Amino acid sequence: MTSSPPAESEGRVRRSRSDSRRGDSIFFNLSRGSGILLLVIMAAIAGFLAYRSWLAISKDQANFLTTFEWTPDAAKPVFGIAVLAFGTVVSAVIAMAIAVPVAIGIALFISHYAPRRIAQPFAYLVDLLAAVPSIVYGLWGALFLVPHMAGLTAWMDQYLGWTFVFKQTQLGVTPRNLFTVGVLLAIMILPIITAVTREVFRQVPRAHEEAALALGATRWEMIRTAVLPFGRPGIISASMLGLGRALGETIAVATVLSTSSVLSLHVLDLGGGTFAQNIALKFGEAMPFGRDALMASGLVLFVITLLVNGAARLIIARRKEYSGANA
Amino acid sequence: MSAVTTADAPIVPQLRQNLTTARLPKWAPAGVAVLSVALGCAIGAGAGLASHIQWGLIAGLLFLAISYGLSAWVEGRRQAKDRFATSLVWVAFVIAVVPLISLTVYTVQQGAGVVDGNFLSHSMRNVIQSGPGGGIYHALIGTLEQVGLATAMAAPVGLMTAVYLVEYGRGRLAKVVTFFVDVMTGIPSIVAGLFVLSVWNILLGFAFSGFSGSLALAILMMPVVVRSTEEMLKLVPNELREASYALGVPKWKTILRIVLPTAIGGITTGVMLAVARIAGETAPVLMLVFGADAINTDPFNGPQQSLPLFIWQQYASVNNSFGYARAWGAALVLIAFVMGLNLIARGIARWRSPKAGH
Amino acid sequence: MAKRIDVSGLSAYYGSTKAIEDISMTVEPRSVTAFIGPSGCGKSTFLRTLNRMHEVIPGARVEGKVMLDDENLYGSAVDPVAVRRTVGMVFQRPNPFPTMSIFDNVAAGLRLAGVKKKSVLEGVVEKSLKGANLWNEVKDRLNKPGAGLSGGQQQRLCIARAIAVEPQVLLMDEPCSALDPISTLAIEDLIGELKSQFTIVIVTHNMQQAARVSDRTAFFNLAGVGQPGKLVELDDTQRIFSNPSVQATEDYISGRFG
Repeated sequence: MTSSPPAESEGRVRRSRSDSRRGDSIFFNLSRGSGILLLVIMAAIAGFLAYRSWLAISKDQANFLTTFEWTPDAAKPVFGIAVLAFGTVVSAVIAMAIAVPVAIGIALFISHYAPRRIAQPFAYLVDLLAAVPSIVYGLWGALFLVPHMAGLTAWMDQYLGWTFVFKQTQLGVTPRNLFTVGVLLAIMILPIITAVTREVFRQVPRAHEEAALALGATRWEMIRTAVLPFGRPGIISASMLGLGRALGETIAVATVLSTSSVLSLHVLDLGGGTFAQNIALKFGEAMPFGRDALMASGLVLFVITLLVNGAARLIIARRKEYSGANA
Repeated sequence: MSAVTTADAPIVPQLRQNLTTARLPKWAPAGVAVLSVALGCAIGAGAGLASHIQWGLIAGLLFLAISYGLSAWVEGRRQAKDRFATSLVWVAFVIAVVPLISLTVYTVQQGAGVVDGNFLSHSMRNVIQSGPGGGIYHALIGTLEQVGLATAMAAPVGLMTAVYLVEYGRGRLAKVVTFFVDVMTGIPSIVAGLFVLSVWNILLGFAFSGFSGSLALAILMMPVVVRSTEEMLKLVPNELREASYALGVPKWKTILRIVLPTAIGGITTGVMLAVARIAGETAPVLMLVFGADAINTDPFNGPQQSLPLFIWQQYASVNNSFGYARAWGAALVLIAFVMGLNLIARGIARWRSPKAGH
Repeated sequence: MAKRIDVSGLSAYYGSTKAIEDISMTVEPRSVTAFIGPSGCGKSTFLRTLNRMHEVIPGARVEGKVMLDDENLYGSAVDPVAVRRTVGMVFQRPNPFPTMSIFDNVAAGLRLAGVKKKSVLEGVVEKSLKGANLWNEVKDRLNKPGAGLSGGQQQRLCIARAIAVEPQVLLMDEPCSALDPISTLAIEDLIGELKSQFTIVIVTHNMQQAARVSDRTAFFNLAGVGQPGKLVELDDTQRIFSNPSVQATEDYISGRFG
């Protein structure tokens, strides 16, 4: 280095620095561009769906929110989302009512109850099952679960029929109803809820658990005083993630549910529909205007899942701050 | 201090408790479980209940009731509650295991007889749909091409976004991107399909093809790749970056030469898990790929087939025992593909975790 | 409310590893006994066997006898939950329940025991907080979260929580190791006051602390590298620190190792 004239060496440094600066700025803009592209896609999804929906809803001859029928391609287009919204919400509620308690149980089983030899492989298995494609669940649901639900359906009608909700008015039909859909959706969202909840339960500081045990708590009391309060935000956000999946599930619902444009409060009766399933089934035969109408229903689904997921993420983010402050 | 009494009897009566209590023997839970299952089967068979779901429910309820009752009688209320909770957790475990095992076993049972060399190497061209025969070769080709194209689009964008968020991202834009990436993970697949339909096929006027399916799949894949890559990049220790800067290496080269290679194992895992997820997506493919019976190796022109769509069509349109058989065969292949990807991905993750170092 | 502890032939294991071997000792009621010894010698493990907290770690087990007056804690009909109620414990790091208020933290043990009456709870909470010298500092903010207190206050809150269920024995596992000197002094004063009601056993790393607070001191040491920990000697604190009967104790106390 001593032999090289100072001027030349300085020039080299400057050149390489300007090279690196150009490289840095290219790389930075590329990566920032990717981030912006994602935002653009999200905005475009919302924008285009809203535009096509507006095209459709403005020509709807009936109230879009309260109408039962879906006949957008008729001479006088009449379509509404009442049945779809009802079916989507009811099937998701049934799914949540079954899946959330069971998922909490499984998560506790893995984190606090199971012998370690079982817990680890079982957790792994549950994770793998989250990857089973929904069409396979759908096929299994339609060809295996539906026949097996017949006895249970009759039972519920017999013993819980007085609740009105579980009253079966059609007899001798295969149970391709919203209840069976709810059960299938529950099975499908179990792994995701379990996975998130389990992670939260694992993060409960040992110190809190031991504090409860040292006070003379039984295992269940320890879980109630130390584990569940700590894990509550995690359980809520995990449930929301599961709810988002259940609301948007398409093909498994389409294989199992026998659809109709009847809004029945008896969940064991045939009929009803969900947003996603309706789109998948009606899309093939829809005319261009019919497609716009389906997009309008898709927009409603999009907004609902957006709200549910956004809420879940906000809860998780709040939890992070909270646990950080107490770490 | 004077407030604390020195009397030996506690002032609060509930606190007086003997160390020794009546306890159930260790084998009691197992015994109750066996008894409940036996009773459940007996009642189920006796009453002629057709569905095994009912048998199981009876057994489960009996198990909970007997555990609680027995424990409350022998050990007292608090212990009984504890036993009840333990029983509930075990029942939850069984509730989870039964459908999952049933799903796997049933798929293998129904599909194993169908899948053979002929099934894997032939299409449905000139096969009467309502009859036997035919295969999934065209669907396999379609799925591989569509998923490949989607990955080629989504992986770089997802990767670069993650790099932005971890290496550059401070400030408002990064926060907004993070939030919307999370939200985007929850987009229903059918909505992604509708979006591509409205832009690519309706607005821009392109016909249905494998590629339009890939576009929707790419949208579904991007946020998953971003999330997993982000996690992996965060695991790369800062010392590595600083060591590189200290040698005068510019930031972009540090990222390309140091950070990404360190995290490459985890990133690959994430991408493969994302691939596994989109390979099973049915809804967008149903809308955009259209489905075909013959082999079409060109994803940009003309309708294609894909595995999930094939299963759906065989189930919904053919709708007889031959269709169901082909659907199960394809389902088995699809599950094997997805599970294989998962296992390999997790293997890579274990093999090259950045924490382990080299 | 204080009982004598009589340990004989006690060994504790983690899986197949033996952590402590064949320990026998007597702890007198209404006194403070300090456990000292180098790190990893098993004094915390031994402490946790005294209220059956050792076995909550997966794979951990215990052999031998721990008599509390005339009952063996490891007897076959003994309920570990009842043992932990009778033998309270304070941990190394203050661990108030983060989701609970100060009041609820102190009342937690009573609520577990099924006490529901508000007036009873209020009385015990006030008495316990006074007993832990914390009442004057927190009486105006009983409904604030316990995690908002300073480290020393949190530790005294944990002591209040432990004495609220009126245990016979109070175990303290290095209760001051995470605290500043002033908080440490407050806890040490408190220990001096509490010994009139409880049998207290304290593990400490700090030999001055052992000398300050305890009546009797037990010195633990490893039998060798990779070997289980053992009790070397137990004697009056004064004697241990002035004229121990075993050479290893003197070496440790005079700072020659450990």
